[in-house]
Amino acid sequence: MPKLTIDDRQVEVPDGINLIEAARLCGVEIPHYCYHPALAVVGNCRMCLVEVEKAPKLQIACNTRATDGMVVRTRSERTQAAQRAVLEFLLVNHPIDCPVCDQAGECKLQDYYMDFDRQPSRFERGRKNHKGKALDIGGGLMLDQERCVLCARCTRFFDDVTHTSELAIFERGDHNVIDIYPGRKVDNSYALNTVDICPVGALTEKDFRFRMRVWYLHRTPSVCGGCERGCAIDIHHHRGRIYRFKPRHNPEVNGYWMCDAGRRSFPALQSESRLTAPLKPAGERMAPIGWDAALAEAAAKIAELSHAHGPSAIGAVAGAHSTNEEAFALKRLMAAIGSGRIAALAWSPADAPRDDNLLIRANRNPNARGLAAIGIGADGIGPLGEAAAAGEIKMLIAMRADLVRALGEPEFVRRFGPLDYLLVLDTDANETGQMANLVLPIAAYPELDGSFTNFKGQVQRLCKAFDPPGEARSAIEILDALAARLAGAAPRPGEAPLAAGAVFAEMATAEPAFAGLTLDGLGEHGAPSRTPTA
Amino acid sequence: MQRYLTRWLDIPDLRRIEVYEAHGGYGALRKALFEMTPEQIINEVKNSNLRGRGGAAFPTGVKWSFIPKDSKKPVYVCCNADESEPGTFANRYELENDPHAIIEGILIACRAVGSHTCFVYMRGEFFTQKQIFETALGEARARGYVGADVMGSGFGVEITVHRGAGAYICGEETGLLESLEGKRAYPRNRPPFPAIQGAFGCPTVVNNIETLSNVPHIIARGAEWYKTMGPASSPGNKLFCLSGHINKPGLYELPMGFALKDLIYEVGGGILDGRKLKAVIPGGSSFPVFTAEEAVKVNMDFDSVRAAGSLMGTAGVMVMHDGTCMVEVLRTVAHFYHHESCGQCTPCREGTGWIEKLLIELEAGRGRTEDLQTLLSVATNMEGNTICVLADSLSMPVKSFIPKFRAEFEEHVRLGCCPFKEDGATPHATGGGDGVAQTPAAAPNRLSAQSTDTDAEADN
Ligand SMILES: Cc1cc2nc3c(=O)[nH]c(=O)nc-3n(C[C@H](O)[C@H](O)[C@H](O)COP(=O)(O)O)c2cc1C
Ligand code: SF4
Ligand code: SF4
Ligand code: SF4
Ligand code: FES
Repeated sequence: MPKLTIDDRQVEVPDGINLIEAARLCGVEIPHYCYHPALAVVGNCRMCLVEVEKAPKLQIACNTRATDGMVVRTRSERTQAAQRAVLEFLLVNHPIDCPVCDQAGECKLQDYYMDFDRQPSRFERGRKNHKGKALDIGGGLMLDQERCVLCARCTRFFDDVTHTSELAIFERGDHNVIDIYPGRKVDNSYALNTVDICPVGALTEKDFRFRMRVWYLHRTPSVCGGCERGCAIDIHHHRGRIYRFKPRHNPEVNGYWMCDAGRRSFPALQSESRLTAPLKPAGERMAPIGWDAALAEAAAKIAELSHAHGPSAIGAVAGAHSTNEEAFALKRLMAAIGSGRIAALAWSPADAPRDDNLLIRANRNPNARGLAAIGIGADGIGPLGEAAAAGEIKMLIAMRADLVRALGEPEFVRRFGPLDYLLVLDTDANETGQMANLVLPIAAYPELDGSFTNFKGQVQRLCKAFDPPGEARSAIEILDALAARLAGAAPRPGEAPLAAGAVFAEMATAEPAFAGLTLDGLGEHGAPSRTPTA
Repeated sequence: MQRYLTRWLDIPDLRRIEVYEAHGGYGALRKALFEMTPEQIINEVKNSNLRGRGGAAFPTGVKWSFIPKDSKKPVYVCCNADESEPGTFANRYELENDPHAIIEGILIACRAVGSHTCFVYMRGEFFTQKQIFETALGEARARGYVGADVMGSGFGVEITVHRGAGAYICGEETGLLESLEGKRAYPRNRPPFPAIQGAFGCPTVVNNIETLSNVPHIIARGAEWYKTMGPASSPGNKLFCLSGHINKPGLYELPMGFALKDLIYEVGGGILDGRKLKAVIPGGSSFPVFTAEEAVKVNMDFDSVRAAGSLMGTAGVMVMHDGTCMVEVLRTVAHFYHHESCGQCTPCREGTGWIEKLLIELEAGRGRTEDLQTLLSVATNMEGNTICVLADSLSMPVKSFIPKFRAEFEEHVRLGCCPFKEDGATPHATGGGDGVAQTPAAAPNRLSAQSTDTDAEADN
């Protein structure tokens, strides 16, 4: 472990890292454009020049390995002069159209100008070079060649990460432009990551453009529910609406990236079909009822049917989009009822992509592994469905399980037609809900605390970004209320609803896979669950 | 003085292999293969103090010794035949007239560093030169000098010619390697150096044509002979490319350390039209300019030129007479580097264009005094802060032209026009000697002219 001095601070850093990373470790920011920890070093922007004792020239920090005894000055007069010079050069041909640029507010040109320059440009006369603006280059990307600082992050991403090489640098000198090849557009499953790594407003997302100024957006760490990879994300939201998903660095799961489908999955979480109140059939339609009545009816039905036909007449299905806490709460409720008939539904649409060698998984369920770890789902819904078809099950609780869609209507009817009562807990109106006796609206994952376990067993934390719509509630709260009612406890008005952390703590005691873990202790990167892959 | 680099002047048809052989050709290769070990070859070249002719003057033997001896990867030799420095045309003549000396030099270099493959990276415009070189290569192959078993020694060398596509930056050694690998010629950050990771990730030596064509002579006659020419620290003969306002422009082989004054006034026959010398750029356009007073004191070898405040570079000596507008010259130089910057590094990409734009304004009489300060500071900001030295190649001229000819730059600002041109703005040629102008008569700008075909343009 080399020991070095950065701005008069002594630091000991891991072997083999460069000066940008070494400085980061002691809280010093060395400004940089072209360097990205997940891409090959090219050293072209020259923003990271620093003074290194004994080296006659300034050195680029991105291509300089931290070595023992090195003395580095990131704020010396020479370093600052070089930083100001590079920023001044970058602005020579830059259009400075911040007022109409989507990147404003998260632009490294703006940020570094404020942090390291603040000088007026001396380039007043002579025309700036003009290049292409608002070019639709495919993949949901919009390219502004004038704003580009030619850091080659995007080209390296398409060359070295997706191996699709749709973008290249054309021309020479200050006429250089990033562009696509004639007749060929950007076309790969990860293109929008270039919007994140582009340090300026050269690459922007077509769907996000002009929708929201970024300084209004709040960020809440969460996990993409798009597939069993469970990429770490930040939810960017404002007043209860999501504007975009951004990947959040997690070396254990997704590195710096996420797929475009996952990034585009948020509109489905806030669509018109969201349920906002408990619903009960009233003639041809479903009509809202109050929570109290809904919970009373559900509890009464459970009590009635398990009394009449035995506890095993109550079955439950947890969709593999349920969080660990939801699944555990359902299992606990079933245990209280005395029924072991609980199954998992892990369903992926027929047109789901295949596993690729970067992130995308064919299994579109974010928590299939978590359900299995809790002991739900080893056999799928087969045995449960057959028991229902045989009339052994009278009531089914379906949580986040759109059985009609998964099985197809004829198969659903064959298996679950004999049910007396179908209780659905879900976020959205769907065909299964149409067939239900009672539908309880629950929070979608951006609206709740909890955790998912990805296919490799990494348990990651979801944080609540905002409240669920209307009267929708978190599923654990509902399951807890049902359990309380069955136990004869009076409703507890005014008491704080059950926290996910408490369910997690109980789960950690009951389920070996989670032994020793706590929800708050999962941290940014999550923690591995304790059992090997089933 | 003995000529060995330009023997073709004395030996007709030297480019033909029988003639080359008849004059001792491939004798050095025989010696290198059968009488010397690779270490001995490297030591001989080291002892000779041969320094690279491509511009950086790095000692060739030392460069060769950086190649790992026990490399598990193949080792490559690249012959830099991209010659594109303004005012530089030595390699071109060598390719046309003495291709076998280059081939022999390549083969000896390969033997020295343990390489079985040489790529000759040739400037795209060298069309005829490539044909001549390939003809010679065919002859050498037919005689068993090139191929799987060189002269029956069991040592194999293949030589492949790769044509460039017209960019100056392809001559920079790492840009060359990228281009050779089929990529955009973006120079590489160093370390790693080519000797460790060059072409295709393998140890590689890059040498200029003229450097390589010195090698057979050093091997044949020994380092001691070599050091009898020129100063000890930079010995040998050098090919000087004399151009500009000179009576006898052209290529001259002279010993290192030759006085620039004699090069201009004796060898070059003095200044065109009997005018006065104003300035000389000694090493291709990339380096600081000398005023007339400085120029006449300088000896042309690497260390003397450096001591005098410039660099000998490629020894492309560009001579300017007193009718030359220095603002125009600098603007022309800036145009070249602006046009040729690969655009990878921010300071070079943006700085070269900025400087050219400022100089266009100044030349046209639209400049301001502060612009001179801006030019100097932009040049300083470019210097030493980029991946390759192309940025410095414009910075150095800017930082020498302005202080040395400041009055002339200021006059453009004061007059609001160019004092050297009749209409005060655009460059044009009236031909010298019509005797009417009070300001010096405009002279054609011959800085980019190569070798002897400039006179035809003089009276346009
Ligand atoms: C912008 C630039 C252009 C260059 N062009 C050439 C060239 O055309 N020919 C050449 O031999 N060297 C050129 N060089 C120098 C090479 O980088 C390298 O130093 C040289 O080929 C090494 O050979 P030598 O040691 O035999 O001189 C150039 C350097 C720079 C920075
Ligand atoms: S588009 Fe963005 S990421 Fe790509 S080179 Fe330009 S600034 Fe860099
Ligand atoms: S790979 Fe899966 S988890 Fe990651 S972003 Fe895509 S859909 Fe979401
Ligand atoms: S200094 Fe100029 S030419 Fe050299 S690599 Fe940088 S941008 Fe390219
Ligand atoms: S970050 Fe080091 S040169 Fe760009």
